[in-house]
Amino acid sequence: MHRRFIRDLLERIRNRNSKIYETIIHGIFLLLGFISVGCVLLITVYLIISGMPAIREIGLFQFLFGKEWASTAAEPKYGILPFILTSVYGTAGAILIGVPIGFFSAVYLSKIAGKRVRSVIEAAVNLLAGIPSVVYGLVGMRVLVPAIREIFNVPDGASLFAAIIVLAIMILPNIIKVSVTALDAVPKEYEDASLALGATPTETFFKVSVPAAKSGIAAAVVLGVGRAIGEAMAVMMVAGNVANMPSLFESVRFLTTAVASEMAYSSPGSLQRDALFSIALILFLFIMMINAALNFFLKRDRVN
Amino acid sequence: MRGAMMLCTALTAALVLFLMGYVLVNGLPNISWELLSTKPSYLTERIGILPDILNTVYIVVAALVIVLPLGVGSAIYLTEYAGNKKLVAMIEYAAETLSGIPSVIYGLVGMLLFSNNFGTSLLAGALTLVIMNLPTVMRTVQESLKTVPQSYREGAFGLGAGKWRVIRTVVLPGCVDGVITGCILSIGRILGESAALLFTAGFAHAMNGVIDGLTSPGATLTVALYVYAKEEGEFGIAFAIAAILMVLTLLINLSAAFVGKYFAKRRGV
Repeated sequence: MHRRFIRDLLERIRNRNSKIYETIIHGIFLLLGFISVGCVLLITVYLIISGMPAIREIGLFQFLFGKEWASTAAEPKYGILPFILTSVYGTAGAILIGVPIGFFSAVYLSKIAGKRVRSVIEAAVNLLAGIPSVVYGLVGMRVLVPAIREIFNVPDGASLFAAIIVLAIMILPNIIKVSVTALDAVPKEYEDASLALGATPTETFFKVSVPAAKSGIAAAVVLGVGRAIGEAMAVMMVAGNVANMPSLFESVRFLTTAVASEMAYSSPGSLQRDALFSIALILFLFIMMINAALNFFLKRDRVN
Repeated sequence: MRGAMMLCTALTAALVLFLMGYVLVNGLPNISWELLSTKPSYLTERIGILPDILNTVYIVVAALVIVLPLGVGSAIYLTEYAGNKKLVAMIEYAAETLSGIPSVIYGLVGMLLFSNNFGTSLLAGALTLVIMNLPTVMRTVQESLKTVPQSYREGAFGLGAGKWRVIRTVVLPGCVDGVITGCILSIGRILGESAALLFTAGFAHAMNGVIDGLTSPGATLTVALYVYAKEEGEFGIAFAIAAILMVLTLLINLSAAFVGKYFAKRRGV
C-alpha cells in the first residue's frame, strides 16, 4: 500500500514536472552522500558531551596526569596517565618490531619476489589481516603468555611485552600492504636509471625506490600506529589488565582496555562510567591526530 | 640486505602458517555435530554454539540490508551528483575518519545512540556495524562506478533520459562488482568484530527466531569466543569457534580474490 502510494505520487509528480522529480531524487542522494559526515559529527558530539562531565569534575590536569586509577576504591582516584603511557609504549613497541619486518617484506614482495611467490605471500598477508582480533588474543593467551612466563622467568606472562608482540603481528599486514602499493607506484625509469649508472639492485631498491615511496611508507607506519592504539580485544586477552604504570613484564591496561574492561559493570550515571567516556574521548583525540597525519602523508604522495 | 628481506618475508609467511595450523589443530577436534546444533544447557553442562551461529547470521544480514543502500547511495552521490570538489573531499575525509575510529569507540557510541534507546540487542549491534562498514561499501562501490565509461552516460543523456533514469539503467548495473566486493569485505569485518558488539549486542546465548533474535541481546561467534576464553576458561570451545572463524576468513578472502579476478576479466573483454 505504502510503497504503491509513494510510487503513484512520484509518477504523478514526474508527469507534471520532471524537474521537481529530479530535484527530489537529487535531494535523496544528497542526504545519502552526507551520511558519513553526519556520522562523524554525531560520534564527535556524543563523545564530547558524554566525556566532558567527568573531566570537569575530576579536573583535566588530575585526570590526564594522575598516576593512580582506582575507580572502585572507597576514595576513588581517576588518573589515566598509566593508560596513556601504556598505550604510547605499547604502540611504540609494536611499531619498533612490526615496521622493520613489514618494511623488508614489502621491499622483497614489490621488487624481488617472482610473480607466484608474491601472490602466495600476498594471500597469506591478506589472511593475516582478516583474522579476528579475538583469535589473536586466544592464541596469545595460550602460546605467548606461557612462553613469556617460561623464557623470562616472570610470575605472570600476561604483560605489556605480550601485548606488544601481538600488536606487532596485527599491524604487519597493514604495513606490508600499504608499503607494497607505494613501492609498486615508483616509476620504473628511476630504477632503470640507477641500474644503468652501475648501482646494484639492492642499492637501487634502498637508495632510489624507497626514498621515492617514502610518503606511502610513512602512511603505512601511521596506519599501523592507528590500528595498534585502537586495538582492544586482543590486548585485553594478553595484557593482564591491571592499572599499573607501564613496565615491560608487568600486567598493564591500555586506553582501549580501560574502557572495555570496566564498561560492563560500571553503573550508568556514575562518575566511574563518565570517566570511562572521558577516556574514550582522549582516545578519540589521539585517533583524530593520527588521521590528520595519515591524510597529510597520503595527500603529499598524491601531489608528488 | 637481501638476506634480511627474505628472512622477514619468510617470518611473515611462517607466522600465518603457524597461526592457521595452531588454531586448526587445537580447534577442529573439538568441533562436533552436537556443538554446532545445540544451545548451551546448564542442566547437562553441555555447550552448544547454535545460538551464536544464528546470531551471527542475523546480525550480518541486518547490517548488510541497511548498509548497502546507504553505501551505494552515497557513492552515487559522490560520483554522479557532487559537483563541488571541496564537498567531495569533505565526504571522503569523513569516510576515512570513520574507518580509522577504533571499534571500542564504536561500541560506546553505539551503546549511547542505540542500546540506550531500544535496549541491548542484535539490532543495536547491527546499526553500530552499519556505521563501521559504511566507508568500506562506499569506497568499493565508488571504485566500481569510476569504471563505468563516461560515454555510456553521455549516450543515455543524448537519448533524452533524465539523470535518475541514467543512474538506474546505466550506472547502477555497473556497480554490481563493487556491491559484491563491499558485501564480502563487510561480512569479513562483521565476523571479526567483537569490541563494538560487546556493549551494543551483549553476550547472551539464548536461541531465538529472527524477530526475537534482533530485538534481544545475543553473542555472535566472535563475542562468544571471547566470553568462553576469557570469562569461562573453556578453551576447547574457544578454539573450536576460532577454527570456524579461521575457515570462514579463508573462504571470504578466497571469494574476494575470485570476485575481483572475475570482474576484472569481464571488464577486459
